[in-house]
Amino acid sequence: MSTDAFPALSLIPKSEVELKAKDFKTDQEVRWCPGCGDYAILAAVQGFMPEMGLKKENIVFVSGIGCSSRFPYYMDTYGVHSIHGRAPAIATGIATTRPDLSVWVVTGDGDALSIGGNHLIHALRRNVNLKILLFNNRIYGLTKGQYSPTSEQGKITKSTPQGSLDYAFNPVSVALGAEATFVARTIDSDRKHMTEVLRAAAAHEGSALIEIYQNCNIFNDGAWEPLKENDVREDNLIRLNHGEPIVFGNSQDKCVIRDSDGHLQVMDVADVDPSDIIVFDAHAKDPGLAFGLSRLYNPRTLTNTPIGVFRAVTHREAYDRMAQQQVADVIAEEGPGDLRSLLHGNDTWSIT
Amino acid sequence: MVMRHKKEQNVTTMGSPYPGHEETGDMTKQVVQVDRVVIRFAGDSGDGMQLTGDRFTSEAAWMGNDLLTLPNFPAEIRAPAGTLPGVSSFQLAFADHDITTPGDQPNVLVAMNPAALKANIGDLPRGSDLIVNTDEFSKRNLEKVGYLASPLEDDSLEAYRVHPIALTSMTVEALKDFDITKKEAERAKNMFALGLLLWLYHRPTEGTVEFLRKKFANKPEIMNANIAAFEAGWSFGETTEEFSVQYEVKPAPMPAGTYRNITGNLALSYGLIAASEQSGLTLFLGSYPITPASDILHELSKHKRFGVMTFQAEDEIAGIGAALGASYAGSLGVTTTSGPGIALKSETIGLAVSLELPLIIVDVQRGGPSTGLPTKTEQSDLLQAMFGRNGESPVPIVAPQSPADCFDAAIEAARIAVTYRTPVFLLSDGYLANGSEPWRLPDLETLPTIDPNFATVPNHTNDDGTEEFWPYQRDPQTLARPWAIPGTAGLEHRIGGLEKADGSGNISYDADNHDHMVRLRQAKVDAIAQTIPDLEVDDPSGEAKILILGWGSTYGPIGAACQISRRAGIKVAQAHLRHLNPFPSNLEEVLRRYDKVVVPEMNLGQLNMLLRAKFLIDTYGYNQVRGLPFKSSELVDVITELNQQMEGAQ
Repeated sequence: MSTDAFPALSLIPKSEVELKAKDFKTDQEVRWCPGCGDYAILAAVQGFMPEMGLKKENIVFVSGIGCSSRFPYYMDTYGVHSIHGRAPAIATGIATTRPDLSVWVVTGDGDALSIGGNHLIHALRRNVNLKILLFNNRIYGLTKGQYSPTSEQGKITKSTPQGSLDYAFNPVSVALGAEATFVARTIDSDRKHMTEVLRAAAAHEGSALIEIYQNCNIFNDGAWEPLKENDVREDNLIRLNHGEPIVFGNSQDKCVIRDSDGHLQVMDVADVDPSDIIVFDAHAKDPGLAFGLSRLYNPRTLTNTPIGVFRAVTHREAYDRMAQQQVADVIAEEGPGDLRSLLHGNDTWSIT
Repeated sequence: MVMRHKKEQNVTTMGSPYPGHEETGDMTKQVVQVDRVVIRFAGDSGDGMQLTGDRFTSEAAWMGNDLLTLPNFPAEIRAPAGTLPGVSSFQLAFADHDITTPGDQPNVLVAMNPAALKANIGDLPRGSDLIVNTDEFSKRNLEKVGYLASPLEDDSLEAYRVHPIALTSMTVEALKDFDITKKEAERAKNMFALGLLLWLYHRPTEGTVEFLRKKFANKPEIMNANIAAFEAGWSFGETTEEFSVQYEVKPAPMPAGTYRNITGNLALSYGLIAASEQSGLTLFLGSYPITPASDILHELSKHKRFGVMTFQAEDEIAGIGAALGASYAGSLGVTTTSGPGIALKSETIGLAVSLELPLIIVDVQRGGPSTGLPTKTEQSDLLQAMFGRNGESPVPIVAPQSPADCFDAAIEAARIAVTYRTPVFLLSDGYLANGSEPWRLPDLETLPTIDPNFATVPNHTNDDGTEEFWPYQRDPQTLARPWAIPGTAGLEHRIGGLEKADGSGNISYDADNHDHMVRLRQAKVDAIAQTIPDLEVDDPSGEAKILILGWGSTYGPIGAACQISRRAGIKVAQAHLRHLNPFPSNLEEVLRRYDKVVVPEMNLGQLNMLLRAKFLIDTYGYNQVRGLPFKSSELVDVITELNQQMEGAQ
């Protein structure tokens, strides 16, 4: 794919040579547990990077703390492994000052939604030009197995022997609530789907939140199994495609309609008038449909779990672009600043 | 409007509150020459006292007086009207000579209501002028502050030269022909008071008229009313029998140059812009509003012409996070806050220590702990700046000594940050932030150039001959690491908060490497001392046995106290630290030169603790945490007493 497919990357210098996935691998030994879902995500991201056609020195990966946050060490780009929860804030400073960089944030469910929840929602609200990869494994891995803000209520963990009491966050709902301009969900084991979502995110100007269902095979193995097993997968997954009716299931026998109260309902295709099936619109300004879809799933059984791009809208300009523009406008209007006249101000006196 | 009084002749008066004055007079009023005047305007938070004080300051500055100001206001925006917590005041000293403090005690107090009188009368020396707005001395207002009877009617104020003036009603009367509400007319009473005071102290008025024209350009009726109130106040002074004399303070002999008046927060903002210009780095401020630092955010947000980017973050943590991100990407990252904000930023400061990136952390200190005294000054964050992080985490500290000095201190902080790739604390305080003084504008040619010296090529050759970039390969002189910014081909690298191997910067948990890296980071900060000027001591006699050592905003009161003590025959030396970490190389030698070292601080002895710990010298702390600067008189008492003890011991 040529870089013209990514007008959002127009300010970033293009690579003169064709890069390969291996150009994005570092010499550092990857230290995730064998079998961790992170390996598949790393491979998919490294595989996608050349598609953007950018110089790799103009790509930056920023992470917080957690297993996923080791990611930058394995990407042969610029990278910062920062502190717990603060990656969106640090990345905001990078993106705001440097429109010539492609800035990616790698975070996890604890990093993004617990300790760093504030920074995540504000980065999304401002629409800073960041591509945020949120690895959700519904558990704390690096601290060895406590429940996370996305764990299902009642989860038995080291810190909750009687079961967790917290109600879980749904990351897509949180992002839509913050009015993120791009929100998507994908799965670690589905490289093709993940690459499609990465492509759509890269083409988006502004914040992009990608929730990636990722398996922690040590502390929460099989958390997403109903979405992965061949037999049941397609019965549980709602694959969102812009402009198409929302129909899913092994034999495409289920669909989403709006009931008389305006709520979304999963129905058998056979029981509804085909014209009642909702045609998915990812570009709607109103996040209502996307939000409704994000609420459809059962957090325990994972039935009716939508994946794909929930929302991709362009009516909000990116924060960093506007911030750069304000500076450019003032300089164009008033000319560059002169230090001498600044220091003098309007009210001086002389002593001879 | 202002006429200079040309005909002057000596007259004699008794009981003047101004020592050492000369008096002259003309046909209408006497003009008394005084060398120094301290005025305090006090009123309700809504009475515009800060504005009134600012305007008086500008007129005094314009006349070439040396001056210093001390605003003092409550944290509440509008505490209930007429109550003691709502009292706001502005004190300024102006003089015909070099002064270093805004004065211990006022010569004249303007009290706009009973609360202002009650809150401030204790500071007014006997025989001083007291101007009182009688209109506000109603039974209800008196009761609000616990006056059983009006102090204007009993004998409680007989020690003062009381000038009871119906400021509000005279203002309303003067504005009766204007198309404004009674409330709007009443609100102009501060301008009436300002006009009167400018008359009394023989100051020009054109600047204030011009100021009012600009301020109310969009509200012509309000503008004209304020100007009329101002002129009415001036005329009242001229015609009333209440004031028999006018005072005049000659210009101070100051070094030749162009001057302006400036507050600490403004000077600090300008210093940051100058550092950006001198380094060629974009200035990026990540900040969250907090008293008394917010004005720096406000100011910098006005200067996009200089390419300045300001980011009002969702919290203190994001403010410094974005600033550090900007530094990583090649900007001059700055964050501004006060003590509570530093507490929140600590973890990111630790990351900056580990990443070894330039970052300026401005702490405009205020009273603590916790929310403490948001609008009052204190020096109690020194140890937080030194040690308030996990691990061995050294951070250089620079502290300005006066409002105008904030300019130079900001540039110095930037020099250290960029040269040594390190976060740097700039410790201002509430007194410096809002206080003002004349500033001799610097010759831009003399400002230091700051070289970012970005890395552009690999700096390490592997055994197989290939070239590589090692982000922690240090400059042997400064021990600073290379700063390679994104966009630089071939220098792609990853850095983080985990310990890194010396040189390559790869993650390392090796025991010896960690010990080595901890010592290296400390050695790098210690090495900054090589570029810090030696501590200078002011000891005119060369025979002093007592050294007064301060840091930060105590410079003024300490300097004044030393001068006063010397005039009384005491030999005392003064030195003031600008660099708190690392200390100047000669500090220990200086300390050992004196029999007694006194360290006055607006905290419970934080510098004192550092000195004793580092040098095992029995320094002596003098401490006060009242939210206000030291009075020079209390420091004179300390010096005098110590001197007596030492003489007695001999």
